[in-house]
Amino acid sequence: MQGNRWIPHPLMTIALIVLWLLLNNTFSFGHILLGTLLGIMIPWFTNRFWPERPRICKRRLFLKFFFVTFLYDVVVANLNVVRLILQPDISKLQPKFIEVPLDTDDPMVISLLANVISMTPGTVSTEISADKKTLIVHGLDVPDEQAAVAEIKSRYEATLKEIFTC
Amino acid sequence: MLNIALIIAFVFITLAQLLNLYRLFKGPSLPDRILALDTMYINALALFVLLGIFFDTTTYFEAALIIAVMGFISTVATSKYLMRGDIVE
Amino acid sequence: MIVVEILVSFFLILGAFFALAGSIGLFRLRDFFTRLHGPTKATTLGVGSIVIASAIYFSFLKEGLSLHEVLITLFLFITAPVSAHFLAKAARHQRLHQDKDHADG
Repeated sequence: MQGNRWIPHPLMTIALIVLWLLLNNTFSFGHILLGTLLGIMIPWFTNRFWPERPRICKRRLFLKFFFVTFLYDVVVANLNVVRLILQPDISKLQPKFIEVPLDTDDPMVISLLANVISMTPGTVSTEISADKKTLIVHGLDVPDEQAAVAEIKSRYEATLKEIFTC
Repeated sequence: MLNIALIIAFVFITLAQLLNLYRLFKGPSLPDRILALDTMYINALALFVLLGIFFDTTTYFEAALIIAVMGFISTVATSKYLMRGDIVE
Repeated sequence: MIVVEILVSFFLILGAFFALAGSIGLFRLRDFFTRLHGPTKATTLGVGSIVIASAIYFSFLKEGLSLHEVLITLFLFITAPVSAHFLAKAARHQRLHQDKDHADG
């Protein structure tokens, strides 16, 4: 979906319309009209604020990743974390900082990856190194460092990279 | 049955708030206290949503949404203050 | 209607349980970075479930579709990793990951 002069950010327009309808909790015609007006006007006035637009190249993969893989992982992650927190002996936990080398230099992919890592199994992304080549991730229970890094790279990074490269 | 579930949920969230309050007082570090505050606002939001179901009204929705926005901003602002000693650079 | 009521009750109790578990993690884990895990994940999903329960309740037991609660879940899902990241950065700035004095408490 490519923007033109009148609608510079089509995805943002759609998101704004949906947001407006949800905020008013109605799907009446008047609000759809008003929402569309706002959805077109706001990107006009904030156009300079968004110098580059994210390009989602593989749209089907994007939907599959966020609505199947990601949601499933969030629920599993929570059950996992709850199990770890409620176990009787918490001194058995092996919290550790792990370093994930990054294969990409696209800031969009890196920030999405960091957010996805924070939401999924027992890991929180804490910092990115100054040269933007490694992501420092804290794991709640990491018995095997290599396996954790490999899983993050294969399950999330590779997919995200594929979605945003054309 | 819905009433029993609501009461159980109220008790759980209140207990959670007490545990957060303990962490807020105990610390020991400043990020711990901010984390406790962060958790407290999310749980307060849950209490508002529960109250909305309890009193059968959607009036509390706006309050919950504002708490979500304000809580997020304050967490970011206080963390930023810890990092840089300044909020707006 | 009884099915809807069971569903709402289920989500309410599940959500409250997750929120409580997150706070228990905040209460009993040893150092700051492990404590960070409880609230960012469990609490977010907990409140998410409660909000879904609210949406089901107002949509099916009251008149009309009510989806605006979804906004809260969406907002929390977007902001939770960001605030966790900020807190982790602040903690690393304060050198909590090297400091063993803070390890217990």
